[in-house]
Amino acid sequence: MAASLLATILGLTAVTFSIGRFIPVDPVLAIVGDHAGKSTYDRVRLEIGLDRSVPEQYFLYLKKVLSGDFGHSVMTSNPVIQDLAHFFPATLELATIATLIGVFAGVPAGVAAGALKGRWPDHVVRFLGLFGYSMPIFWLGLVGLWLFYAKLGWVGGPGRIDVGFEDLVTTRTGLLLVDSAIEGNWDVFSNALGHLVLPAALLGYISLAYIARMTRSFIIEQLGQEYVVAARVKGCSFWGAVWRHAFPNVLVPLITVIGLSYASLLEGAVLTETVFAWPGLGLYITRSLFNADMNAVLGGTLVVGAVFIGINAISDFLYRIVDPRLREA
Amino acid sequence: MSAVAKSDSAPRSQAEARVRGFARAAARLLENPLAAAGLAVVLALVAMAVFADTVSFHIPPNAQDLNARLLAPGAAHWFGTDDLGRDIYARVVHGARVTLSIVALVAAIVAPIGLAVGASAGYFGGIVDVVLMRITDIFLAFPRLVLALAFAAALGPGIENAVIAIALTAWPPYARIARAETVTIAKSDYVAAVVLQGAAASRILFRHIVPLCLSSVIVRLTLDMAGIILTAAGLGFLGLGAQPPTAEWGAMVAAGRDVVLEQWWVATIPGLAIFIVSLGFNLLGDGLRDVFDPRAS
Repeated sequence: MAASLLATILGLTAVTFSIGRFIPVDPVLAIVGDHAGKSTYDRVRLEIGLDRSVPEQYFLYLKKVLSGDFGHSVMTSNPVIQDLAHFFPATLELATIATLIGVFAGVPAGVAAGALKGRWPDHVVRFLGLFGYSMPIFWLGLVGLWLFYAKLGWVGGPGRIDVGFEDLVTTRTGLLLVDSAIEGNWDVFSNALGHLVLPAALLGYISLAYIARMTRSFIIEQLGQEYVVAARVKGCSFWGAVWRHAFPNVLVPLITVIGLSYASLLEGAVLTETVFAWPGLGLYITRSLFNADMNAVLGGTLVVGAVFIGINAISDFLYRIVDPRLREA
Repeated sequence: MSAVAKSDSAPRSQAEARVRGFARAAARLLENPLAAAGLAVVLALVAMAVFADTVSFHIPPNAQDLNARLLAPGAAHWFGTDDLGRDIYARVVHGARVTLSIVALVAAIVAPIGLAVGASAGYFGGIVDVVLMRITDIFLAFPRLVLALAFAAALGPGIENAVIAIALTAWPPYARIARAETVTIAKSDYVAAVVLQGAAASRILFRHIVPLCLSSVIVRLTLDMAGIILTAAGLGFLGLGAQPPTAEWGAMVAAGRDVVLEQWWVATIPGLAIFIVSLGFNLLGDGLRDVFDPRAS
């Protein structure tokens, strides 16, 4: 398992490295500018190792990346790693709340749909899923902003917080809800919550659709097993059998599903962040992209990819711990 | 089903058997009203794309009329006009062409790659299997949209590059499916018979194994279409897909973003088009899966 994780991470760096070499921009020119003389040009070319062979360049790149050196961002002129640390918490906050929504609404909905297969809860969950899978989320975000912000005024507008509330709490974790709660500044907390609720609900809906669909099929599979019949024969009520006997067995594969959905939210937030001007990783990557800031784009891609792979590995690991059959294997 | 089978006489030729099998599958698909609706949407999309000029009453999609900017939907402009006075109905209709060609191109790249990689891995086994599947797993573990973004950024914005970017991130599931099917098929007696007759590995793979993997690959493709359309529209929305003035739905939503509070139709209508088309592909895919793979339902 550790070997496959390593191979995947190496593969990821190989891809970002190749993309970095693909681009039709001369990396030396990007550093020295148009007006540099030939000697400066050659010196920088040697410094960044462009005279070496491609595998050598890749190992140099790998060494730098592993030590956390993603180069400087042209746009912000900060080290890319510092920018990423600054933007990541916003994405983390959004994806976490969305996943919580997805889990707490999606799991019961999926259980109900599976237990009452073919009845109305099943149909509701199926349609929710179909709509969720077919919805362009950037469009749903726009329509949501138009309705709930502009027309009804129920939620905060784009961004993480109103301008008047900016920088009122010290940054400890970078998660606005946590930071403001620590200081007991509930005005900031509720303002931040007002901004968070709509994008989190939209992303939560997408994750709900996926989690509910998977929970449903897991429950159906378990309810077909003989131990459920045995429990029923011994006098256990139907819902008792569903929740006490079938559900614990569903939890195991569900961990993987929740992990996958969490990981995909961390990356899938790109479009949502653009629509809501949410200052997270996705917005950082897309903005850097339009400024031809390749260091920032590739650094961001690498971090998102690593987080994605990491979460998958963790859920794989939990899966092995929770399922006794896999533990022995 | 059984009544139909009894009343039918045995097919007289291989071709007739194929036609009948196809007709039976089609009949079962159409029994499901949701799948039929999905098929109708997809056929409508194809018709719109092929006859775009007729369907849009020969209104050119890129003709600007600055005196008719941001008009609300009405008799003259069914879906209203955008900020350059272009007719949104005509643009939505022509957008079907762009969407359909992206989907078709991605499918044409992804299915052969997935089939070739998966079938070879499954058939040859051993080191070939390990290497090919490890590569597939690596690609599968990547975040799709972000990677597509990075590719699109490196290759430059545009439809062709969006297609390449999506295809590069979309092929691994097909390799997985093709491998799983091939492993089962390769053990069957008829393959052993062809091996005894001395057929070359390439012939066995492409004449005897790949055709049998096709149905699962096609089902998966249909289910994936919605995802491909959404990714392409997302890239378009971000400005990395089709470039102006091409009428692409995602880019049209982006163009309507600034005026969404006053002129809702500019962004809403192309977004609805994306939604309806993806829903259509999802419904059709679900129906196809029920027909071809009853286990999965």
